Amino acid sequence: MTNSSPHSSARSTLSSARFYSPSASLGLAAPLVAALVAGFLYPVVRLVALSFSGGTFDHYRRIFSEPLHLGVLLSTIEVALVVTIASLVVGFPVAYLMARLRKGLAGVVAACVFIPLWTSVLIRSYAWVVLLQRNGIVNQLLLEIGITDGPLKLIYTQGAVILAMTHVLMPFMILPIYSALRALPPDYIRAARNLGAGPVRAFVAVTLPLSLPGVFAGSVMCFVLALGFYITPALVGGPGSMLMATLIGQQTTVLLDWPFAAALSTVLLAVTLLFVLLFRRTLSLSKGLNSVH
Amino acid sequence: MSIDQAQVHGRLPAALDVFTSPTIRACTRGAIILAIGAGIGCVLFFLLLPTLIVVPMSLSETDYIEFPPRGLTLKWYSAYFNDPDWMAATWFSLKIALATTATATVVGTMAALSIVRGCLPFRSALQALALGPMIVPHIILGVALYLAFAPLQLTGSFFGFLVAHTVLAVPYVIITVTASLQRFDPTLELAALNCGANRLQAFFLVVLPNIVPGVAAAAVFAFLASFDEATVAFFISDIGGKSIGRKMFEDIDFNLTPVIAAVSTVLVATSLLLMGAVHLLNARKPNA
Repeated sequence: MTNSSPHSSARSTLSSARFYSPSASLGLAAPLVAALVAGFLYPVVRLVALSFSGGTFDHYRRIFSEPLHLGVLLSTIEVALVVTIASLVVGFPVAYLMARLRKGLAGVVAACVFIPLWTSVLIRSYAWVVLLQRNGIVNQLLLEIGITDGPLKLIYTQGAVILAMTHVLMPFMILPIYSALRALPPDYIRAARNLGAGPVRAFVAVTLPLSLPGVFAGSVMCFVLALGFYITPALVGGPGSMLMATLIGQQTTVLLDWPFAAALSTVLLAVTLLFVLLFRRTLSLSKGLNSVH
Repeated sequence: MSIDQAQVHGRLPAALDVFTSPTIRACTRGAIILAIGAGIGCVLFFLLLPTLIVVPMSLSETDYIEFPPRGLTLKWYSAYFNDPDWMAATWFSLKIALATTATATVVGTMAALSIVRGCLPFRSALQALALGPMIVPHIILGVALYLAFAPLQLTGSFFGFLVAHTVLAVPYVIITVTASLQRFDPTLELAALNCGANRLQAFFLVVLPNIVPGVAAAAVFAFLASFDEATVAFFISDIGGKSIGRKMFEDIDFNLTPVIAAVSTVLVATSLLLMGAVHLLNARKPNA
């Protein structure tokens, strides 16, 4: 982008005048830096240091040599991937509808996305426990319709974890895609249709490629958040569906093996940061939240 | 144009020719639209149902979960409001959430000013760091904060929670206020400075009134981020200081009663009221 017009060049000269002085900028940022050091950086560094306690890599050796722990790491990545794909497949049409409907109806769809988003993860996990338990609503419904003869084991399974996590994370997928689709001028699609493309072809050739930044932002956000989920798997998952976060929780609250929990946390942190850095350019945190207003 | 169209149609596989008859095409189109509509309807139902199911459950007379709920009673609400444990946890969380809202909003707004208008060399690094607590899994923060706070006897304390929840709420403030500042025309601030206002006067008289909807929205997000937070609270709570999130987690895990449905309904209603307030604030915003 070049500032060639006289107006915008004047604007850019002005903008250099609006900078706060270095000392003022530093003073404004100082409280945040202090809070982040005390409540974020120092504790995390301490945690990582604890994982190397005794000056050995023993805890890490334990994670990567025992198939159980390695399995938990792999299944965490697998569950995060499945949840991301499910959110994308199911969430995309909702985002599309939200972007294309008339204002009033789009508001109804938006409410369906925002109400769960601003409901505590605890409440939503609780609702899934109630829905999926042995004599829960889903089982009662299945019995009444006659699909099953006895109640199915729905809760405390991997499937329940994936279902509930998809519910919790779907708004994080829908909102960035919605923002990308909203930014797409409807003229482009009209132009494609005028040139003879059918609705499917116009969608595949125009809408879909132009929505990709939103798709990537939402997918990375969903995946990264899913990697560290604790509450939902702890409440609706069973012993057979252990994820990294629940394993860390178990090590700290039941087995009280803090150095090992610290090593597991460091591995999870490293995996999370690796994905964040890999997809840094596509990850736009502000995109999802900015479309809130 | 017609040549182009012919070319496009010519690319269709021969097997699809059946669908080119106008009536059949209209029918298949109608069926496809109906199917997509029904599918999206199911998704919306899936999104909304778990949140709203807690409302009828909180009104049911039976003390086990039954659907449709039997009878109509407010006894679970009175059980919630008369239980000293639940009330202690609620007040503790409310106090922390209000203090967190004030701290995170002020600290975050100051930092957003520095990020958008300041001249620090490490601005983008500061922004990335401030958003860190949103990205780093909360379980890791919970364990880390417990390890750092336990020796200082900050677990279960108001101050410990305030620090932890401020760090968790600040990303929402930074994102929201930064966006507001970027939409605000800096020449207005310059005009104020030209007219003799100092930086502080220009901020409070010109900048702040213009970004106030964003700051208010940020405050609501900060409140909800603190009040609804459960993972970190799970680790830094103790017997003396227990947040409502920790108390709910325990009860869902060990003692599943309809009181939780009543508590959840109260919390959902609070969230909806606050989100409604944000919506109204933004509806009044001049150039949104």
